[in-house]
Amino acid sequence: MTTALQPGDVRHRLGRGVDGGIGTDASRPDGTLKATGQFGFSSDLWTEGMIWGATVRSPHPHAAVVSVDVSAALGMPGVHCVLTHDDVPGRKTYGLESPDQPVLAIDEVRYQGEPVAVVAADDPETARRGAALVRVEYRLLPLVVDPVAALAPGAPEVHPGGNLVRHVKIRRGDPSARAEVVVSGDYEVGMQDQAFLGTESGMAVPAEDGGVDLYIATQWLHVDRDQVAASLGLPPEKVRLTLAGVGGAFGAREDVSLQIHLCLLALRTGRPVKMVYSRQESFFGHVHRHPARLHYTHGADREGRLVFVHADMVFDGGAYLSSSTAVVGNAATLGAGPYDVPNVSIDVRGAYTNNPPCGAMRGFGAVQACFAYESQMDKLAAALGMHPVDLRTRNAMTEGSSLPTGQVVDSAAPVAELLNRVRVAPMPPVASAGDAAGPTGDAAGPTGDAAGPTGDAAGPTGARSGATGLLPGGVANTTHGEGVVRGVGFAVGFKNVGYSEGFDDYSTARVLLTGAGGRLMASVHSAACEVGQGLVTVEAQIVRSELGVDEVVVETADTQVGSAGSTSASRQTYVTGGAVRAACQAVREELLARAAAVLGLEPDDPDLAEAELVGGKLLCRSGGTVVVADLVEGSPVERTVQWRHRPTEALHPDTGQGRAHVQYSFAAHRAIVDVDVELGLVHVVQIATAQDVGRAMNPAAVVGQIHGGTTQGIGLALMEEIQMADGKVRNPSFTDYLIPTMPDVPPMHVEVLELADPHAPYGLRGVGEAPTLSSTPAVVAAVRAATGRALARVPVRPEHIVFGDLTPQ
Amino acid sequence: MEFLAPTSWDEALAVKAEHPEAEVIAGGTDVMVDLNFDRRRPAMLVDLTRIADLATWQIDGSVLTIGAGVTYARIIDELSTLAPGLAIASRTVGSPQIRNRGTIGGNLGSASPAGDAHPPLLATKATVEVASARGSRSVPVEKFFTGAKRHVLAPDELIAAVTVPVAAGPQQFAKVGTRNAMVIAVTSFALALDPHAHAVGTGIGSAAPTPIRAEEAERVLAGELAAADQWEHRRPLDDHLVDHFARLSAEAAAPIDDVRGTAAYRRHALAVLARRTLSWAWSEYQRN
Repeated sequence: MTTALQPGDVRHRLGRGVDGGIGTDASRPDGTLKATGQFGFSSDLWTEGMIWGATVRSPHPHAAVVSVDVSAALGMPGVHCVLTHDDVPGRKTYGLESPDQPVLAIDEVRYQGEPVAVVAADDPETARRGAALVRVEYRLLPLVVDPVAALAPGAPEVHPGGNLVRHVKIRRGDPSARAEVVVSGDYEVGMQDQAFLGTESGMAVPAEDGGVDLYIATQWLHVDRDQVAASLGLPPEKVRLTLAGVGGAFGAREDVSLQIHLCLLALRTGRPVKMVYSRQESFFGHVHRHPARLHYTHGADREGRLVFVHADMVFDGGAYLSSSTAVVGNAATLGAGPYDVPNVSIDVRGAYTNNPPCGAMRGFGAVQACFAYESQMDKLAAALGMHPVDLRTRNAMTEGSSLPTGQVVDSAAPVAELLNRVRVAPMPPVASAGDAAGPTGDAAGPTGDAAGPTGDAAGPTGARSGATGLLPGGVANTTHGEGVVRGVGFAVGFKNVGYSEGFDDYSTARVLLTGAGGRLMASVHSAACEVGQGLVTVEAQIVRSELGVDEVVVETADTQVGSAGSTSASRQTYVTGGAVRAACQAVREELLARAAAVLGLEPDDPDLAEAELVGGKLLCRSGGTVVVADLVEGSPVERTVQWRHRPTEALHPDTGQGRAHVQYSFAAHRAIVDVDVELGLVHVVQIATAQDVGRAMNPAAVVGQIHGGTTQGIGLALMEEIQMADGKVRNPSFTDYLIPTMPDVPPMHVEVLELADPHAPYGLRGVGEAPTLSSTPAVVAAVRAATGRALARVPVRPEHIVFGDLTPQ
Repeated sequence: MEFLAPTSWDEALAVKAEHPEAEVIAGGTDVMVDLNFDRRRPAMLVDLTRIADLATWQIDGSVLTIGAGVTYARIIDELSTLAPGLAIASRTVGSPQIRNRGTIGGNLGSASPAGDAHPPLLATKATVEVASARGSRSVPVEKFFTGAKRHVLAPDELIAAVTVPVAAGPQQFAKVGTRNAMVIAVTSFALALDPHAHAVGTGIGSAAPTPIRAEEAERVLAGELAAADQWEHRRPLDDHLVDHFARLSAEAAAPIDDVRGTAAYRRHALAVLARRTLSWAWSEYQRN
């Protein structure tokens, strides 16, 4: 890793003499358990007397529910209850931004898989069989599945009031600005699934006070709690949530899935109830990434300086709101890319359709826009005869740049540096043609019949490539070098960190410092959800560094402490990290007050303010020393702090002007691919990526996030798509919804910059999402370079490479 | 559900005679998926993995007999010289776990048009050895498949083994999928050259309701090789002949559009695979 630390960070004040503080590769408390299969995930929950739930789902994407007959299911031995919307005692709908989604269908289903009834039974098999006995009579209603058609006048309405979810307009500069070189294009992004490995699961246990305890894999305990409580008709304090082991999230656990169902069943039966979705059900049980259609026009002068960007995008929100308004907002505010553009006109509309609800997924609106604007930058570079990196760096945003929203970027924006770093990153080795060997062991070598390379294609490689030694087609023996052309592509992107547009975004942390027998121990408690990203490690690292204590326990996240906000938007290290730091500082204040008494100093003595916490001791500059364990022995210090990042503002409804975002996270990618141009198969040979993380709180975890995010972007580029036909999912399984396997994931050269953001705790930037943005357009640019195809749609399918996709060639 | 685990072949045949409706399970890589998805709930499962003889292979002269219970992993490890096309195909199957469990008999029993073992068996004109308590019979593999996931077995019959000629010449297999491992065939092609018999064999997967041969392509190529005395001379193949073979191979298919690919792409890819596998096989023949 490369690091470029800036002065002014706060480490001089941090505790020394401890291992595993911030900036170290502190190992995960759950790492060994997960690697050895011992970790308890939410699907492993078990308790005495537990019964099982199952869900009755609509097979139709749009239908009136004429009748629901539960008698046969209720009559089945082993079935405890069958619940419909009539059994929802409180609010019958839920939703992240607006409660528009029925807990159980009321009189209409609006997407395939919408829950209609839930069943509890002795075991999962009986529950499923009981669910199959629920007779639902449907009357089919007109479908609207095309988001553009959904917004046209006269389209069937998915909800009363029309199909427009939100229309965000960004207007800056001269709307009729003209440019010497103009390129435009239509782009399309397919519906990606988060494809977490642990499907939706949890367990609800009825409590003696009439409330319920819910153990659940989620991203935001308190927003789940509030929705569950509203539908149960209970006060929030009677609904207590505890985070169960989360098997990945990526946005798919932001919305409620089985939370309310579990609690309804538990309170009705008086028994603990567990549910685990199957993989197939999971595809219907959570929101997906919005499919999008994007039309862009870029204008530049002959030197390649951008004059204008015009964009018109339509996002398919599916049947319910979820977080579509915020996704649309991101696509608009980030839609011109990390570039300085004087004249901008962006329109982004979200549409209701009878497709599956779409909502949060890693990158959250920025992914779709990045694919289109980066494709446009390549097209513009080609029109200008410029290297794609030169065009980008010429227009790169810098600190002090003003976004199309008018917001000034007030910390590092190293767009050009990131691009230049990936440009000069080491190239992968190219094996000699004689090394080519098929699975039979017979070296066949290239036949030289490769289609002519175009653009940046590096020519036929005729050999196994990269460290994985694979050619396109991988293990399936489709080529011994024939048709293989190498291509190189570049892209850069940026993502907002934290919740935006005036949202009151905060976290809460409680830090407890205790001493016993001279031993100093701390615990940190928040409701922030660890979903695999590594926050549990970071929380402990912060406490170690701030308080100079070795032994730190991270308490299980639950609702017994205030909200931490969502594990979303790359925000937890920033916001909950900020809260933990603030709680530690409050603890330190108390320690100083106690030390003052011990040392006979005034509480405001400057010697105290400068004191350091080192190895369990408080060291004053004048030489006074206090053992911290003695200060807290028998009298622990506990502080709970709510912490907010800087406020943001709503966008002006007509112009989109406003300080909408807290912080930005930048990443760039270079992709090198081998394409079998005759079969349309792609093997990514190498990725080089560079990202500014402000401060690498845990460098190993940072690199892990970059690997994972990049891989999810490769998946979107080349294979991951929920295929829809007439509102129905065609591939709800890992047999046909393909995610990258190890041979699809190349070696990655990762460079991490640490350009401190002076407004953020420790100078850090959120890490998780940025790597997902630019890996997709970089891979597609490389495939374009190898094939000469326009490739305006992702994922790129083999037939698109062979025959072309939606763009006329 | 009743679970029977016979430990001898005779016992298995007796069980199947008594319970012809019983579902047979070997590696379970297909059956367990169906059970998990609740697509099938047979009253009885007959597990064949405890029959040691079923998981063996022998050579008798020029004939290789592969027991139905031999796994893909063992085909890769033990039969890559005797049955190279089948070994290449076995390498493309699923994950290591699947290759350790899945068997050649199970692949035939599932009779999927995408079964990876089928094209090389077609190309080598394999015979499926079938048995019941009533007796045994041999079914040429091209007569084995009667439709998508259907075959000629009577309810009381079990697959005992597959016989193929020990490879007398180069064999190839190639499979197209949309990622670099663990993928079901979008389409696949197998080729076997038999210089002793002056024969050409082909097999096509995932491009028709059943695995099929490209008979016209075989006939034309074999005819041209014989006419030019190429089995003897081993000269480079004429490009027109290779293209003709590729075109005829693609024309033999009857592909459809589905979630994994379009019919047009499958046909195109088959022509590419036929051309490449022929060039690889012929290069090998020229070298040896």
